[in-house]
Amino acid sequence: MEKLLNELSSECQSAYGVECDVAIDAQVPENLKRGIPLGLPSITENDLLRHFTNLSKKNYALSTVFYPLGSCTMKYNPLINERIAKNDAFNNVHPYQPIETMQGTLEVMYELEKDLCEITGMDTFSLQQAAGAHGEFAGLLVIAKYFKSIRQKRKKIIVPDSAHGTNPASAAFAGFEIVPLKSELDDGSVSHDKLKEVLTSEVAALMLTVPNTLGIFEKNIVKISKLIHDNGSLLYYDGANFNAVMGIVRPGDMGFDVMHINLHKTFSTPHGGGGPGSGPIGVKSFLEPFLPVPRVEKKKDKYVLNYKKLKSIGKLKAFFGNFPVILRAYAYVKALGGKGLKNVSKQAVLNANYMLAKFKDKINVPAGNRCMHEFVLSPKPLFKNDIRTIDIAKRLLDYGYYAPTIYFPLIVDEAIMIEPTETESKETLDKFVNVVNKIILEESCQELQKLKDAPINTPVRRLNEVEAARKPILKWK
Amino acid sequence: MNIPQDLLYTKTHEWVKIEENKIKVGITDFAQHEITDIVHVELPEIGTGVKKEQPAAVVESVKSAFDIYAPVSGKIVEINNNVLGSPELVNNSPYEEGYLFVIEFFNKKELDDLLKANDYKKLV
Repeated sequence: MEKLLNELSSECQSAYGVECDVAIDAQVPENLKRGIPLGLPSITENDLLRHFTNLSKKNYALSTVFYPLGSCTMKYNPLINERIAKNDAFNNVHPYQPIETMQGTLEVMYELEKDLCEITGMDTFSLQQAAGAHGEFAGLLVIAKYFKSIRQKRKKIIVPDSAHGTNPASAAFAGFEIVPLKSELDDGSVSHDKLKEVLTSEVAALMLTVPNTLGIFEKNIVKISKLIHDNGSLLYYDGANFNAVMGIVRPGDMGFDVMHINLHKTFSTPHGGGGPGSGPIGVKSFLEPFLPVPRVEKKKDKYVLNYKKLKSIGKLKAFFGNFPVILRAYAYVKALGGKGLKNVSKQAVLNANYMLAKFKDKINVPAGNRCMHEFVLSPKPLFKNDIRTIDIAKRLLDYGYYAPTIYFPLIVDEAIMIEPTETESKETLDKFVNVVNKIILEESCQELQKLKDAPINTPVRRLNEVEAARKPILKWK
Repeated sequence: MNIPQDLLYTKTHEWVKIEENKIKVGITDFAQHEITDIVHVELPEIGTGVKKEQPAAVVESVKSAFDIYAPVSGKIVEINNNVLGSPELVNNSPYEEGYLFVIEFFNKKELDDLLKANDYKKLV
């Protein structure tokens, strides 16, 4: 393991020193002086350089390894997008500079909104939200404001247990009461009858994740849509998994009233470790008055920002949202075009189904023979001797892989969720399937201790996550 | 797996011990094993009203966070402060030291819906 700079430090060495400015020092009153030296490490320039270079070599990156965790953490992000995002013409724009001097920036937003409308079938978009859950929150505020405007008291949001966990959290945050809906056991889809049972006049909306967290496309959307709308409620589309359906189906056509889409996932932005993201929301035209301000509008040949929307839910993020993510999405959409985007989804679904087909005879797949862009394994029946999914995931690190999502969705015991994404070769997928099979089918029986000790080959061995949560040590020494 | 005969159970893996007009509630041995090592427990405040089968507390492990449901409707009259500082009690002693809270119930009839030990055993 790499030593910390503090551990490499020794008093008699230094890479760079700052001489104390005697003249300034003399002017500082004695009672304001620190008295004891700063606890900064002293280290030679070469050792410093090596320290950081060695650390950087330990990085996990898409350029070095396969990420079976998929677009939630990282999928292929074209490097050209990085160059575009770094372009001075965008990078040096200040949000307070005169509007006439940032026409290009506004044009990108205006055009991307239009493209998103075409891709999703919604009537209009707001790009302001900082990420997916922020988009959900905005969409739910729009729904709340809409019902307020037509003087209906609807305080409930129905969320199936096969939806993303952020859905109920966002709805609660937006002031709604959550009605959980138990999904069908075999594929996490919504049961018509169970939905009918909970659908009262108090229900504002149903939030559907499509494809759901088991990687399955909801079968009865049109029927569900009719049921919801006949009840005067609205239908919300969680588009975090939109990379599975681009160019194939459009939420707007299926009857959804509000949706969010994760630009950083579907339209590529490096976003591991929680950001940056962008979660635009799309709505049908009757909800447009409630969208956040400002709205980018085109007046004759000029782009303007419209803050005067009386029914708007207000502002949710400083300035224009995470513009560099919006810009990368714009570049991605324009570079691939309609055909290209459709191919991205087709390839992502094909790759996932290829892997699923290779797994399904050996490891239990709760949702059956087909999937969209991702699928869930439940190896629990194969586990003996108190082996758990966490041990499988840790052992995968030894083979040089980034671990897939585990223990999610909650409706599958000891779940392993795999999303290969669209850009991986057959060879990469084959290799990964073989390693997972080897760990689960062979090592978990024959080399039990290895699995319990894993990871063995990584710079840091298995961390005590329980102690780390119960008694965290948050500082050095 | 330990399923004491003298307790009642819910389908959502809480155990219930009846003490006059009150019930003591915790999670079963099966539940603590499935949840794995518990690192944080969130309990309701004393005096909070709870509804049957609605979330009343949260336990969190390294795996995920789980809602704990009130087996019957009533009022929280006691909570186990020890599990807040030492959440491992829920793993080590789910039926004794690791209990979560006590509810004063409104309607005795709701107790009829709870499972007997043998029925709970069949469930898990």
